[in-house]
Amino acid sequence: MANLKEVRTRIESVNSTKQITSAMKMVAASKLRRAQNAITTMRPYAAKLQELMQDLNRSVEQANDNKYAVVRPAEKILLVPVTSNRGLCGAFNTNVIRATVKLINEDYEAQHKAGNLKVFCIGKKGEEFFKSRKISIYKVNNHVFDNLVFSEVVPIAQELMDIFVAGEFDQILFVYNQFKNAATQLLIHEQFLPVEMPQLEDDKQHEGVDYIFEPGKDEILDELIPKSLKIQVYKMLLDSFASEHGARMTAMHKATDNATELLKDLKLSYNKARQAAITNEILEIVGGANALNG
Amino acid sequence: MKLEVITPDATLFEGEVELVQLPGLDGLFEILNNHAPMIAALGKGRIKYHQQDRKDQFLEINGGVLEVLHNKVLVLAE
Repeated sequence: MANLKEVRTRIESVNSTKQITSAMKMVAASKLRRAQNAITTMRPYAAKLQELMQDLNRSVEQANDNKYAVVRPAEKILLVPVTSNRGLCGAFNTNVIRATVKLINEDYEAQHKAGNLKVFCIGKKGEEFFKSRKISIYKVNNHVFDNLVFSEVVPIAQELMDIFVAGEFDQILFVYNQFKNAATQLLIHEQFLPVEMPQLEDDKQHEGVDYIFEPGKDEILDELIPKSLKIQVYKMLLDSFASEHGARMTAMHKATDNATELLKDLKLSYNKARQAAITNEILEIVGGANALNG
Repeated sequence: MKLEVITPDATLFEGEVELVQLPGLDGLFEILNNHAPMIAALGKGRIKYHQQDRKDQFLEINGGVLEVLHNKVLVLAE
């Protein structure tokens, strides 16, 4: 039987851990709500942009040979794993890292061996991991999550687009957690560049509308494609951000539950020990009294 | 006609207007009621819109796209 003082200290420490985890859960929940709101405000924009692209694609007869859509043999690869800056969010970062490593070791093994594979880390956790491995890091960006707004994301997207056009990389892929709901994240790797043109969908409402294009279809498409790429990056980062908080919320919820469970057990053994101590004491007193009487 | 100006972060303006002036790639242009369907690329500049019985109002944008359809002007700004 554990001694009373020991159990009491453990109860105290578990209690304070529980307080911390439940506070973290609350914080994650409120941040999650904010991240979700950002996703909801962005959605109509993204949807409309997509729609415009389709309208344009429909009316552009010949395939547009945009500089972002050039498909080159995949020799130089850039992977962009999106992780978080902070831990304590379950398997959130591990999943991203594992998927990235799998891509490196399986799909892009040849490029990696030739030294043509680099990693652009978004988030501290990924940086820490890849720095300790023999994987060359192209760049790191950790501060974007401090204030995740569109204008902060634009430079990242622009840089990726520029290095692709400059021929530094032939393919750019993102690995990130897509937000499904607070409890589930979908791990996704998505080709960012070269652009795959959106598939035409049948759309009755817009069919036969004779648009005036100002200044011209190609110019508009040249404007739209970079725009939609930026939106794509923004969307992925928002998704990852919301997923992070979702994952943290779930992890902290579980931790709080575990702490409650542990406390229950500890309290039981504390009471048992206390009872045993009292019984012992009574026995001693009774034994002593008996000895005096006898 | 209805004007809606949205950015990825927020909706900047939504409402009835009588006139919109926009910074096109080749210069400023205006849209009045019942304009034909149009898609246009916008440059950096400011949007001027006029609501009934009010002073002209302005919105700064950093490029964008515009769609006019069924008397509704939609600006995807940046």
